[in-house]
Amino acid sequence: MELFWYIVLMSMLAIYVVLDGYDFGAGIIHLFFAKKEKDKKAITNAIGPFWDANEVWLIASGGILFFAFPTLYASSFSGFYLPLIMILWLLIFRAIGLELRGQIHNKLWEAVWDKAFGIASFLLALFFGIALGNVVRGVNLGMVENGVSAHEAHYFFLPLWNPTFSPTAEHLGIIDWFTILLGLLGAVTLTIHGANWIIFKTNSELNNKLKTVIFRLNIVLVSLVITSLVLWHIIAPKPFHNFMERPWLWVFPLLTLVGLFGLFGVRTYKKDGMGFVCSALFILGGFATTAASIFPKVLPSTNTVNPSLTIYNVAADEYGLSVGVYWFIVALILLIAYIFIQYRVFKGKMDDIGYGEH
Amino acid sequence: MEDMLFYDRMQFAFTITFHYLFPQLTMGLSLIIVYFKWKFLRTQLQSYNDAAKFWMRIFALNFAMGVVTGIPMEFQFGTNWAKFSELTGGIIGQTLAMEGMFSFFLESSFLGLFLFGEKLLGHKLHFLTGFLVFLGSWASGFLIIATHSWMQHPVGYEILSNGKFVLNNFGALFSNPWLLPSYLHNQLASMVTASFVIAAVGAFYILNKKHHSFGKLFVKTGVLFGLISSVLVAFPTGDWAAKNVVEYQPVTFAAMEGLFETQHGGAEIVLIGQPNVMEKKLDNKLAVPNILSFLTYKKWDATVKGLNEFNPEVYPTNIPGLYYAYHIMVGLGTLFIGIMAMAGVQLWRKKLYSSKWILWSLLFLLPFPYIANTTGWYTAELGRQPWLVYNLLRTSDGISPTVSSGNTLFTLLGFIGLYLLLGMLFLILVGKIINKGPLTSNT
Ligand code: HDD
Ligand code: HEM
Ligand code: HEM
Repeated sequence: MELFWYIVLMSMLAIYVVLDGYDFGAGIIHLFFAKKEKDKKAITNAIGPFWDANEVWLIASGGILFFAFPTLYASSFSGFYLPLIMILWLLIFRAIGLELRGQIHNKLWEAVWDKAFGIASFLLALFFGIALGNVVRGVNLGMVENGVSAHEAHYFFLPLWNPTFSPTAEHLGIIDWFTILLGLLGAVTLTIHGANWIIFKTNSELNNKLKTVIFRLNIVLVSLVITSLVLWHIIAPKPFHNFMERPWLWVFPLLTLVGLFGLFGVRTYKKDGMGFVCSALFILGGFATTAASIFPKVLPSTNTVNPSLTIYNVAADEYGLSVGVYWFIVALILLIAYIFIQYRVFKGKMDDIGYGEH
Repeated sequence: MEDMLFYDRMQFAFTITFHYLFPQLTMGLSLIIVYFKWKFLRTQLQSYNDAAKFWMRIFALNFAMGVVTGIPMEFQFGTNWAKFSELTGGIIGQTLAMEGMFSFFLESSFLGLFLFGEKLLGHKLHFLTGFLVFLGSWASGFLIIATHSWMQHPVGYEILSNGKFVLNNFGALFSNPWLLPSYLHNQLASMVTASFVIAAVGAFYILNKKHHSFGKLFVKTGVLFGLISSVLVAFPTGDWAAKNVVEYQPVTFAAMEGLFETQHGGAEIVLIGQPNVMEKKLDNKLAVPNILSFLTYKKWDATVKGLNEFNPEVYPTNIPGLYYAYHIMVGLGTLFIGIMAMAGVQLWRKKLYSSKWILWSLLFLLPFPYIANTTGWYTAELGRQPWLVYNLLRTSDGISPTVSSGNTLFTLLGFIGLYLLLGMLFLILVGKIINKGPLTSNT
């Protein structure tokens, strides 16, 4: 049962990152590359009808986490208190930036909300990478000092940073050189992903330029991936242990690589959707690789007093998890039906649909 | 420790109060929009479709506000109430996860289609998407109130030796006797809000001599829906909600009514008075004898228990707050019935649109359903104190152990700042939409 819900949760989170990821990325493109009003319109139209539905994946993942792994929900949400609340604020800013911009036609008003939308998107992409870095690195569970836990074994609290910015220091912070590296990785990845979505969904004049941007950023991405893989060995001993034990897991890193190299081809693909498929593969593969490498841990402990949190010591009880399967299956069928309907209605480029004028 | 608890509670209270300002309109308004759209399909009168379109613009803005303020709610159980989440997550996580999976996906999938897809879909399908959005929002209300009902009246659980609550009967979460009255009462209350909003905008147009025909349509619709829902929110649903409190939380009921001494041979109902907790009495009391006994037990001389029968350990923490919240809700409920009844009579006599004083009252009453809804929730929540899960888990035992009060104060201030900004922007933009008025199309 725990494994079932773990797979459900991870799949939902991965879908969330792929979906909301492209609209964060579109926000970053909007911030750095969209100069003309027409380009801005194209970008916001390409995500306007979707961002809310995309964010529901986050909310639903949160709900599943709460329900299936309440101890993990409690421990990580209170431990990562400050960054989480800031993520919430950024999500709010981003959403209102997007929704309110078009409400009043005034240069200053539009400029303010454009910036709010773009900057919040960028910071969110950075934060999500940093969050991943924190999970891989682990935290001081129980807040152990001199071999004594100050709190129950699964609670902790992290400040935003500590003065040394080191991931191996005794007192950890959310931001250190390792997590910031993953933050950059996240931001670059999602920028590429967002650019691919815009190419896929619009006929904007920006598209050709974006293809070059993707190509260049991909070089940066490859070097970031290599650096972080090397550094990973410093942070976590034997990161590939699980892959040695269960060789089929190599599928995930393989997918990541296929996506990564596929991205170099954006300028030659005939179909505009291909680039998007590549960046989605890269994200899904990368996410799954990370999760698989620490499995069954979900939050490693950096001290030797308290054990890491694994899917088995944070799960809800058996009865609750099993009844959940019934309603979950019903909900899943409905969800697939909604997605099917949406896909039917919204297929093709946004400008061809003529949708979004209001 | 004390101030940790205090800021956690303030933050929850502030963010949920703000959040609930929006869903209450979403839920009621979605039904009324569906009604307009349905009328249009039946009569083919363009004005109904234009009315639906106009309200959809306000709906969209309101919905976006509901979404952005709702996301923090889902996270706050973990960030600020970690211990509570850890202990009860196996149970309330069920209903909260179901809310995400069933209602939010439904709403958000069809909202986009509903808001922009009229041309793409044709009117029949467009009506259907509107209906699905309505269904999603009401399902959302149901599941959240199921969660809340479990906290008020826990059922279907078992407590393990480590203090964890585990579910042993899934069905019980939905057959909880607290749930249905609370849900119906709450949904009707949200209909009250939506009706008053529509009526007030209509009154504004008539008084302002703008968009006259829409003004009439809005006032009429608002008054019809408002009359029905104002009555039903009090009887039978408010009455049912109160009976639950009497049965399962008698000490809360005594405090709500400001009853310090048990009243034998018939309890009086207090209309006005200020609770004086120190001296255990009401100051400046104005009361009608025997009514309370009748309302609660359908017998004029039934005994109603006062606070003196209970151990002060289990008294609601804020007795005056609870008492005022309850009296404001009930008082406003009575006022709503009164004004809607008069407007209904004038409508029947075909004099409504020229009755200036009724139109002015409708306009002026716009904020009051919001106040009634909010004070209603304060009644429920203050009445539950000092418990998070009634009689089982104390609020002070539910907070996050490692989050210091400095951090919660910081985030509370952040939320206050951000929400003030949001609130202002929302009002400006809604004001702009209302001022511009419905667009008439001639297709
Ligand atoms: C327009 C809003 C509105 C109006 C006019 C009323 N209520 Fe109400 N009431 C609510 C809006 C509300 C609410 C905000 O929706 C609550 C909070 C929890 C709930 O389920 O509904 C509520 C809760 C609530 C409770 C507490 C239930 C609990 O502890 O969970 C009682 C006893 C009543 N109501 C009773 C009444 C009575 C006797 C009314 C007679 C006029 C009345 N309400 C009018
Ligand atoms: C139905 C879903 C709801 C749930 C699950 C819920 C849950 C909670 C929780 C966990 C707390 C914090 C602990 C506490 O102080 O009691 C709380 C407090 C509070 N809630 Fe609710 N709540 C809900 C709806 C609402 C609504 C809609 C409002 C107001 C409009 C509201 C008003 C409050 C207030 C004022 C407090 C603070 C009470 C106090 O601390 O004394 N609640 N609620
Ligand atoms: C603590 C309790 C609450 C939590 C955790 C919560 C959570 C949320 C979330 C995450 C959303 C955004 C959904 C989306 O993206 O579509 C939302 C919106 C909504 N909530 Fe709440 N909520 C709470 C209280 C309430 C209450 C008390 C009600 C009504 C009875 C309610 C009714 C709704 C409705 C109808 C929506 C969708 C419409 C709108 O956004 O205006 N919620 N809520």
